[in-house]
Amino acid sequence: MSAPSFQQRASIVDTVAAWLLAVLWILPLAYAVWTAFHPSEFSAKFLLSAPLTLENFERAWTAAPFARYFFNTTVLVAMILAAQLVLCTLAAYAFVRYEFRGKNIVFALVLVQLMIMPDILLVENYKTMSQLGLIDTLLGIGLPYFASAFAIFLLRQTFKGIPKELVEAATMEGASTLQILWRVYVPLAKPVYVAFALVSVSYHWNNFLWPLVVTNSVNSRPLTVGLQVFASTDQGIDWSIITAATLITSAPLLAAFLLFQRQFVQSFMRAGIK
Amino acid sequence: MKCNFTIIRGAIATVAIGATVNASAQVTEVPFYFPVAVGGPITKYIDQFATDFNKENPTIKVAPIYAGSYQDTIVKALTANKAGTPPVASVLLSTDTFTLIDEDAIVPIDNFVKTADDKAWLAGFYKAFLLNGQVGGKTWGVPFQRSTVVMYWNKELFKEAGLDPNKPPQTWAEMTAMAQKLTKKDASGKTTQYGVQIPSSGFPYWLFQGLTTQNDVILSNEAGTQTKFDDPKVIEALQYWMDLSKKYGVHPGGIVEWGTTPKDFMEKKAAMIWTTTGNLTNIRSNAKFDFGVAMLPTGKKRGSPTGGGNFYIFKKATPAQQAAAFKFAKWLTQPERAAQWGIETGYVAVSPAAWDTVALKKYAADFPPATVARDQLQYAVAEFSTHDNQRVTKALNDGLQAALTGSKTAEAAMKDAQREAERLLKSYK
Amino acid sequence: MLLPALVLLAAFTHYPAVATIIDSFMSTPKPNRPSVFVGLDNYASMIEDPIFWQALRNNLWFALATIPLSVGLALAMALWVNARMVGRGFLRMAYFTPTVLPMIAVANIWLFFYTPTYGLLEQIGGLFGLPSQNWLGDKSTALASITVVAVWKEAGFFMIFYLAALQSISPSLREAAAIEGAGRWFFFRRVLWPLLMPTTIFVLVNAVINAFRMVDHVVVMTRGGPDNATSLLLYHLYEVGFKYWDQGYAAAITVVLIGTLATVALVQFFVLDKKAHY
Repeated sequence: MSAPSFQQRASIVDTVAAWLLAVLWILPLAYAVWTAFHPSEFSAKFLLSAPLTLENFERAWTAAPFARYFFNTTVLVAMILAAQLVLCTLAAYAFVRYEFRGKNIVFALVLVQLMIMPDILLVENYKTMSQLGLIDTLLGIGLPYFASAFAIFLLRQTFKGIPKELVEAATMEGASTLQILWRVYVPLAKPVYVAFALVSVSYHWNNFLWPLVVTNSVNSRPLTVGLQVFASTDQGIDWSIITAATLITSAPLLAAFLLFQRQFVQSFMRAGIK
Repeated sequence: MKCNFTIIRGAIATVAIGATVNASAQVTEVPFYFPVAVGGPITKYIDQFATDFNKENPTIKVAPIYAGSYQDTIVKALTANKAGTPPVASVLLSTDTFTLIDEDAIVPIDNFVKTADDKAWLAGFYKAFLLNGQVGGKTWGVPFQRSTVVMYWNKELFKEAGLDPNKPPQTWAEMTAMAQKLTKKDASGKTTQYGVQIPSSGFPYWLFQGLTTQNDVILSNEAGTQTKFDDPKVIEALQYWMDLSKKYGVHPGGIVEWGTTPKDFMEKKAAMIWTTTGNLTNIRSNAKFDFGVAMLPTGKKRGSPTGGGNFYIFKKATPAQQAAAFKFAKWLTQPERAAQWGIETGYVAVSPAAWDTVALKKYAADFPPATVARDQLQYAVAEFSTHDNQRVTKALNDGLQAALTGSKTAEAAMKDAQREAERLLKSYK
Repeated sequence: MLLPALVLLAAFTHYPAVATIIDSFMSTPKPNRPSVFVGLDNYASMIEDPIFWQALRNNLWFALATIPLSVGLALAMALWVNARMVGRGFLRMAYFTPTVLPMIAVANIWLFFYTPTYGLLEQIGGLFGLPSQNWLGDKSTALASITVVAVWKEAGFFMIFYLAALQSISPSLREAAAIEGAGRWFFFRRVLWPLLMPTTIFVLVNAVINAFRMVDHVVVMTRGGPDNATSLLLYHLYEVGFKYWDQGYAAAITVVLIGTLATVALVQFFVLDKKAHY
């Protein structure tokens, strides 16, 4: 059967428009790459004959303890994700399997966090953290995010869609509640977990304001805060070093995305986020 | 069960990272916050200082903690202070003295000055640098990384414009006239090169103080309880700044970014710039042309604010820690070290004794522009500072920016700023 | 089972929200003067503070501009990437890259783009003979300039959601429509758009939250200037809370933020939710 008109190649106008937008969109990254690999004099001049250099990366790396920042950020993001996965799975499961009075109210309370993120409650949360003695620690940065309403919401949606028969079959085999969770619900919700993990990792890798407030020293400073204090304009801006530092800090996420583009999109698709 | 391991590992790692250094009975810990406000590998220098000091003083361990810009550092220090765990020492803006005293965060340096040696040491700093740190007859901060505003000029562009490359403008009138010769427009009427550029982002009040001092007016009183934004001479100075772009067209319009001004200079987009002497090393290493450094031009008189950071000792530390911090402060400001610090960064070495050292004498001979800021000290005034400093300064900054972007007249902007300042300072009078 | 999650949520969302509301009625504690109940004083000074109103105005404009632009662009991008177009992979990467870069990092790059006299926009404009413009230093263009940065950062992220939704729409729908002779626009309006409604709502909610949450670029590029032309509510809150340490006032601003977001949440739940499912 011949394909109807929609499925043929997109029109020329569309293609040109899409490409124009894409070029515009990639411009900042392209600029960063250009400037990071060329000496300072060429950060504002775009001569193709300009010499390439790795000096900027060297200077950027030694100007601030990026290795430590990387370590902090990696641990932070992993810790948050791990806690979220466990806590939120349990919570979503509870919402799906149990009936109790006021369940809807509790769920509504959970959803409040979707709107009122810990970021907004900066001042108060800072007080709490200092009372707990968690200022300038990775735990202090991550704790407010451990219970993610977004995750609970997503997982509950997914769990609800799991056919009752599977659950009944497992019950008949004598599986305990937790075992049912582990053997029936979790595997079927894998795409959702992946999608959520991607969102969580990229959000927390790039989070800035709250870590800025909570961290004081290199001990717990993540990459974003490290980059900001390093690039603060008081020092006089040298774009070649700043872009080199930028590339260093975004390289892991960027590389991961470039390599796993398709999976990235597909997991969102399978998660059926509607 | 994979998840659980991750959590446990994470928890252990976090605890290990989050654990603060424990003070053993013999070694006194001195966490020390410092900002970086000028280009160059400053963190390396500070770390080296700390290492050297710790070696000479095995019972003391100074732990330098890089905290960002001056703004970041004061936020960090005071937030930590409120949480009950301030650093023992920190380099902070000299203008933060009032705020720190109001928050009951610091102790006067006089508490530690006991011996005749110490007294001589404290008296050995340049008077101008001690000004901002002195409140209520006591000295609260030790000058460490100090600067003044200076004018950099591009000798090459001067030559091109037919001006004597070795004669920078000495007066406001000369600056305007020379700037007019130095301003270039291209065929379509767009300005490709500005004669003069005075940055107005971030902390325009600092550069503005240059203009007001030159116009013979002081913006705040010593007690930090009164401001004079609506004085006619202040409005006049602001009008001059606005006229440079509006009337004479020799200065960029709108707000000029502080951070990009040195680069603008190096890209030859501005023939003369006003900025901190702290950028000297940066400009020296990167400018591909011959340039000069001059004192700011005379208005009714010469003048510039001082700038930069002092070394403060915090109250919530143990007496042993405070004494250790004091020792460190003295060590840092010994003439040889102050000289070395000045050479490496471009800051003004803080005592005449430092300038008399062999190292600095040689450096000054090799590179005369380094002495301009020091010579300007005799005309320098204290930097603008009041109680509730951040907010009052913001009122002034906002007013300056409103006037420079043309949304308010000079008079209206300064009057509004004065009103706001008076409201904020009411409770301190 | 629910308990751990609930405890944490309570500790870091509900408790602070309530505590903040209480705090907004108390004065700011200082070393020598502990906090006292001052009723509506903090709100009074907030109402009298022109900077608060400026920040509120700015934030509303910012939201009004970023939300439709980023959502609209996201939809367009998704449609393009979904269609059989030359270089799809490149397009998808180009659109999504801004999302994986930290805002702090890209703000510096945009700073260069906007720099007058030799910034990128300046250089490109020069090629076309356009006049010089101080984008970030001019009150009339500063807010628009940072809005562009925000849209640039967000659109790609929303595109992914639209893309996922589009790809789950059965192609037989299109075939059916084509057979019936429906034009592209008609198809979009009557078939695609309603089908995408749940995604649109989800994306819209996110966009609204982000409009009030994104201040990283303000911190780097303009610090609220010139003369508060780019100050946003959360940024003003940060300044008041962590630069001036005026706790009472900061709490009042927080309450305003919470109120705004809560209103949006209610609207989303009770009004839009009904329309989403058919």
